[in-house]
Amino acid sequence: MNPAPLFSAFRSSLSEAWASGAGLLLPLGFFAGTATMVPFTLGSEAELLSRVGPGVLWLALALSSMVTLERVFQADLQDGALDLWLQDVGSISLVAAIKTLTHWLVSGFPLVLMTPIVGYALGVPFEKMIPAMIGYGLGGLVFFLWGGVAAALSAGVSRAGLLIALIALPLYVPALIFGVQMAESGLDSPSFLFLSACTLFALGVAPAAMGEALRLAAE
Amino acid sequence: MSAVPLIQGLGLGAVRGERVLYRDMSVSASAGDLILLRGANGSGKTTLLRQLAGLSEPQAGEVERAGLHHWIGHTNGLKAHETPRSHLEHWARVWGSAADISDILADVGLKRPAEVSCRMLSAGQKRRTALARMKLVDRKLWLLDEPFNALDTDGQGLLAEMIESHRAAGGAVIAALHGTAPVQASAEVTL
Repeated sequence: MNPAPLFSAFRSSLSEAWASGAGLLLPLGFFAGTATMVPFTLGSEAELLSRVGPGVLWLALALSSMVTLERVFQADLQDGALDLWLQDVGSISLVAAIKTLTHWLVSGFPLVLMTPIVGYALGVPFEKMIPAMIGYGLGGLVFFLWGGVAAALSAGVSRAGLLIALIALPLYVPALIFGVQMAESGLDSPSFLFLSACTLFALGVAPAAMGEALRLAAE
Repeated sequence: MSAVPLIQGLGLGAVRGERVLYRDMSVSASAGDLILLRGANGSGKTTLLRQLAGLSEPQAGEVERAGLHHWIGHTNGLKAHETPRSHLEHWARVWGSAADISDILADVGLKRPAEVSCRMLSAGQKRRTALARMKLVDRKLWLLDEPFNALDTDGQGLLAEMIESHRAAGGAVIAALHGTAPVQASAEVTL
């Protein structure tokens, strides 16, 4: 397939994500804000923070995926852009995947970049930083891909936020479990392999599901 | 010229809830045709057009298209963050068009608001942007849903001219229309 449409879809959704989310600062601020909240909710005991803090950031990542994806396909349905994509490109699935991955890049990936700073603030030991970063990266991909499926399924629903959460959260659970375990036990643990498997599975299946859901939404 | 239809819908049917919108509807268009779909609000013009465009699955019958087509629905397909220029550039990239975007914008009277974000544009300007999109690549078949809506007299003249020159060049147009329009149809389908 000619890559030009996909590249153009990437550029377009990048500027869409940029325009709707005040650029990169918003997700960075969101994750920094969450990390700041943790000591207030759990107490400032250093040992507790370093143990629990990274887990709270997983929740922040899950939330950020659902909040950013809520409008992605709904807007396409309402402004008619979905109709144009459906008729023109061989594969709406690929375009949908590109869109969700772009939003991951803008709203999920910043957590990976921030992990060293946030982790330091929460007192996470240095040797656990790299596993945490890889975990947030792989897990974030899973969250955004399944979140994209939920968003595509509920594109026709006017206030879809809760519905997206209801559909997507159960799908997040496996990646969440393996991700948190991996952060504990490091890269040579089986959890790393299981998390990677979750990511690969989502990469393989979610685009097709999004494509079918969008086709239905346009009917 | 009418030997090979550019699009042919045979025995199409649509159901809304428990109501049959239409049944056994056949529409075809060949080079030079302008087919108007007529009918009251809610009679299924848009539904029929979307079935012809392949956007929704017909509940009965089948549609055959000879190639790709241009589509303008009642929504124009513009994203809120786009400007008319960036919208056209985006689809030019998707479709591999080398057309001169500035020329096209001037043709449809969008030279001045070319860099204005779509959320600030009037309905007519958005429609003109959608019309401009059809000038990016040459496609024989145009499917238009109420294309004259929101356009001022000048814009209606522009669209009528576009349709006529498209027909003269061997293209075909199927348009859903409820009011009068400054175009001569070769056939009308009433729903």
